[in-house]
Amino acid sequence: MKVGIVSYGGYIPRWRIRPQDIASTWGTDGDAISRGLNIRSKSVPYPDEDVITISVEATRNLMKKVQIDPKDIGAIYVGSESHPYAVKPSATVVAEAIEASPNLTAADYEFACKAGTAAIQTCMGMVSSNMIRYGIAVGSDTSQGAPGDPLEYSASAGGAAFLIGMEDVIATINSTISYTTDTPDFWRREGQTYPKHGGRFTGQPAYFKHTLTCAQRLFEEADTKPGDYDYAVFHQPNGKFPVSAGRKLGFSMEQIETGLLVPEIGNTYSGAVLLGLANILDEADPGSRIFMIGYGSGAGSDGFDITVKDEIENIRTNNCPTIMEMVENANFIDYATYAKFRGKIRL
Amino acid sequence: MGIPRFWRETPSRYNLIGTKCGSCGMIHFPPRVICPSCHRKSIGKMERTHLSGKGTIVSYSIVHDAPHSFEMQKPYVVAIIELEGGCRLTAPIIDCSPSDVAIGMDVEATFRKLGEQGEDGVIHYGYKFRPAREATK
Repeated sequence: MKVGIVSYGGYIPRWRIRPQDIASTWGTDGDAISRGLNIRSKSVPYPDEDVITISVEATRNLMKKVQIDPKDIGAIYVGSESHPYAVKPSATVVAEAIEASPNLTAADYEFACKAGTAAIQTCMGMVSSNMIRYGIAVGSDTSQGAPGDPLEYSASAGGAAFLIGMEDVIATINSTISYTTDTPDFWRREGQTYPKHGGRFTGQPAYFKHTLTCAQRLFEEADTKPGDYDYAVFHQPNGKFPVSAGRKLGFSMEQIETGLLVPEIGNTYSGAVLLGLANILDEADPGSRIFMIGYGSGAGSDGFDITVKDEIENIRTNNCPTIMEMVENANFIDYATYAKFRGKIRL
Repeated sequence: MGIPRFWRETPSRYNLIGTKCGSCGMIHFPPRVICPSCHRKSIGKMERTHLSGKGTIVSYSIVHDAPHSFEMQKPYVVAIIELEGGCRLTAPIIDCSPSDVAIGMDVEATFRKLGEQGEDGVIHYGYKFRPAREATK
């Protein structure tokens, strides 16, 4: 038996703001920014939503698709760079909320935008070595952009959860590979509210170097080429980078577009590539092959070669909304409301 | 509310766990040790039960004058909800405009932040309700 995805679920808050509404506050050209980033709107969490609530909702959507006993879940890892607590795990709340407690291991991960894919790799190792029967990996964020910073136009909220196991697998993970270096392109110091970044340094030496190198290594590891895949999904800090990276690797827009959610919901950080994968799994036919490369600043990329199995039809229920339903369930707000929701107005 | 008191209520707040009287079958939420109808006949017969996360709004109120910690969320709706199975509870209605809320509206449970003990205190989580997915389609 090969390790793979047994179930998955996602969650996207319903509130949205357009770049034009942010730009009008700061006196910048919203249309140009929207075109430049290829972002038409971004998701915004309500004041009562955070990484824990998003992770719980995504994990509950995952559980609604399968009939497994939560007590068979041996590990839960929540990857995020916006955990509500600096000290106290998000993962314990998720475990309690799906009644998987107490006989399991749980922890929070942080690796900028790729903490969720790192959690998948951990679960794969634990399942493959028979330490656990099932593991849950979550990537979720309510990312922050400082007022007026370019990040404010893209940093959004959302998350996805994946149940990893070797029984009733709906998509096998044929291989995974990583590429990691010490590259300070984006960071948030302890106690700071907003992250800082290296501007253009986040591009070629960071996102593209790691994404493209990891992709090439995955092609070699899996002995494949772009034409072997039906879908390709990349970390999506904006709408331009993943398309550019995909094109450089030889993928077509047809292969990229299903996993590209950033134009409508913004950059959900740890949730971004995983929500793209979840949207692909919502529509993929059995036999489809998926090429996935996550990226996290700091910096590293995780690559996955995935094949969808016939069993995917078994979990396509109407119990929970599809990713596209969540994308389309949008309610637009102005900048003042956005500032209130995000705690940028202090009372 | 003290940390231990909220912590003790985690199962019911996270997963809508109530009790069912083994004598009369009545379901209670929050959980009870003794059935208010059967009294001593129910002792030792109260069973833990999962309540349905689906229900209907029986009545509601729109809160315009909110406590300080809910200033950012006003106006908000608090409703009495009759759950499938016959138990009633009170909960906020979210993910919709207060003007969309109506008596008889189908709602479903969701997981949200209920409050926090200040900026450096414990965060409390639990159920709120939103319009049922079928109702919003």
